[in-house]
Amino acid sequence: MAKWDENVLLSVEHLSMRFGGLLAVNDLSFNVGRGDITALIGPNGAGKTTVFNCITGFYKPTEGMITARHEDGQTFLLERMDDFKIPKRAKVARTFQNIRLFGGMTVLENLMVAQHNPLMIASNFTIGGILGLSGFKKAENEAVELAKYWMDKAGLTYRADDAAADLPYGEQRKLEIARAMCTRPKLLCLDEPAAGLNPRESEELNSLLLFIREKENTGILLIEHDMNVVMEISDHVVVLDYGVKISDGTPDEVKNDPKVIAAYLGVDDDEVDEVEHQIEQTAGSQEGA
Amino acid sequence: MSSQVSSGAGLSPAMMAKDLLVAGILAAAIFGTTLGFKTETAVGGLSLEYKMGLAASSIAIVVVGRLLLWLTLWRKGPGTGSASSVADSVFNGVVSLFEGRTKILGIAALLFALVFPFLPFADRYWIDLAILILTYIMLGWGLNIVVGLAGLLDLGYVAFYAIGAYSYALLAHYFGFSFWMCLPLAGILAAFWGIILGFPVLRLRGDYLAIVTLAFGEIIRVVLLNWYQFTGGPDGLSGIPRPTFFGLPFKRGEGNFADVFGLDYSSIHRIIFLYFLILALALLTNFVTNRLRRLPIGRAWEALREDEIACRSLGLNTTMVKLSAFAIGAMFAGFAGSFFATRQGFISPESFTFIESALILAIVVLGGMGSQVGVVIASIALIGGFEFFREAEQFRMLIFGLAMVVIMVWKPRGLVSTRIPSIFLKEKKAVSSDMVAQGEGH
Repeated sequence: MAKWDENVLLSVEHLSMRFGGLLAVNDLSFNVGRGDITALIGPNGAGKTTVFNCITGFYKPTEGMITARHEDGQTFLLERMDDFKIPKRAKVARTFQNIRLFGGMTVLENLMVAQHNPLMIASNFTIGGILGLSGFKKAENEAVELAKYWMDKAGLTYRADDAAADLPYGEQRKLEIARAMCTRPKLLCLDEPAAGLNPRESEELNSLLLFIREKENTGILLIEHDMNVVMEISDHVVVLDYGVKISDGTPDEVKNDPKVIAAYLGVDDDEVDEVEHQIEQTAGSQEGA
Repeated sequence: MSSQVSSGAGLSPAMMAKDLLVAGILAAAIFGTTLGFKTETAVGGLSLEYKMGLAASSIAIVVVGRLLLWLTLWRKGPGTGSASSVADSVFNGVVSLFEGRTKILGIAALLFALVFPFLPFADRYWIDLAILILTYIMLGWGLNIVVGLAGLLDLGYVAFYAIGAYSYALLAHYFGFSFWMCLPLAGILAAFWGIILGFPVLRLRGDYLAIVTLAFGEIIRVVLLNWYQFTGGPDGLSGIPRPTFFGLPFKRGEGNFADVFGLDYSSIHRIIFLYFLILALALLTNFVTNRLRRLPIGRAWEALREDEIACRSLGLNTTMVKLSAFAIGAMFAGFAGSFFATRQGFISPESFTFIESALILAIVVLGGMGSQVGVVIASIALIGGFEFFREAEQFRMLIFGLAMVVIMVWKPRGLVSTRIPSIFLKEKKAVSSDMVAQGEGH
């Protein structure tokens, strides 16, 4: 039994998502281990972002169950929750493939918006805040401290008072991760965080993600095309093709899986039979186990 | 305007002649019809009077003026010395003069507002005008929460103004409530209706949101117009009680305001009191809005304007964020409405037509969405401008339309288009308008 099946942070069971006649995700099950970096990979159109949108509540899955488990034993059935309650209660935060920052607001303001819910309670739902009660001032200072902490980790402190839309692309990516971390998530879902980054930025991103895993006890689920990032930092890789899971294991296992190689590189016509046979065999052996 | 025509045009005499010809034809089309003819009532109907001399001289002014501009300012080529760039540099100069001194400027403006009714030139006309401007400033600030901060285009804002006015008028009419009791009630009722409007438009975006809010504004007006037994319909409600100075009426005789304070009775006392009342209400609106911007709720409004999906991904309940923006914006319109009712003493649905909504929205857009100072400048310019150009009679709207077009071409995002961050770490840097999203329906 793999370690991600022992200490489960998020389990996806029999997830299917149908858009009209298109079955984007078909009976997908996998686990995300606590404290792991789990990568969800697959060719274009494999249904990775659909899975993400189901986990974060942007889509309601046609079938299946998505459960988040906190360390204290609380469980949340994500497919039944409103999208905004998933980051609020189940503590699952996400970023987007096409960056969605609050462009006209400064870096610091972006990080403050992420702490809306605790601050709202501290301001007695605005009433205490308008009257200027001291409790809110204290909570706000704490929120600024958390924002400073994440700005520091993302290397954005020197841009704290600049508009988010003014940042270069790589820093916008990092700001989006920092903003998601300001919600104090248990699971961070990143949709192609390394897309469009140069090698140096990609390197910085890797160390930021490793830091999050080590020090924050936050699990990371990421979609990524950049195999260097995937192989370097992830503990667990799930491979999707046409909405079906074709491989699940450590990076090394997945790298050598013939089905993954076939999905990514394709196979010659005369090899098709051979590969299909192999696939049947492995499928049979998995069922047997 | 000029920069648009001049850009791309060179200096060759042939092109200049062509440009002058086009300008002449356009001027002829405008002035020939507006100035060239005049109808006079004569025996047995209307007679037409020709004023071709006036029209011809207007056309001549345009053509010769353009020729002179070609020979002087626009000599160096397109755009360089055009009127808009001159205006830009003047405006930027004025802005840079005041930059960093906004606090001093605000205090100066406040002091001026406080002593204004006691200045020697301030007679009843001026104070009435100031009351009107302050009413629109307050409405502009209220609408700024919905449109400028939350980015929800509301074309039916006047409905809440009407609800505030009718709340006071009806509560006073049926239950004999005093102004001071009705003021908070009017705000609460308007906020309640803001939430009622908010629910159906929660899922709407863009143009659809604008149309539904527009319809809401009309529904309220039509209901007020047709519910004759309750609201008096088109006859309106008259005899709305005047405000009292915390219980002391502004009347002649013993025990009234002038008597208690040992002053000679004068009708101006009530007007000055109304002036300070609306000033206080407007300042309250400004104070609360500025406070809210620095609170999580205000940041959530601005975040909603920037990106609704990102808001939801961070755990913000956008339903509550939208409803709170509608409710608080409506509340201030409700306060302003009950002030309007007590000032006029008479209200009818005619005061709450779509044109009022459009005017308030024009103030917000012209001032620069989200800018508190912009609303003040735009209110003074628009409402004061209406008075200033009263002499121009039927050309007033023409001048206004033209002025608005010119300003919007020159400053597409309003007069004060930069956004001031609600919190800063080291240095407060204004955010340029091209980065700020405009929200839904723009």
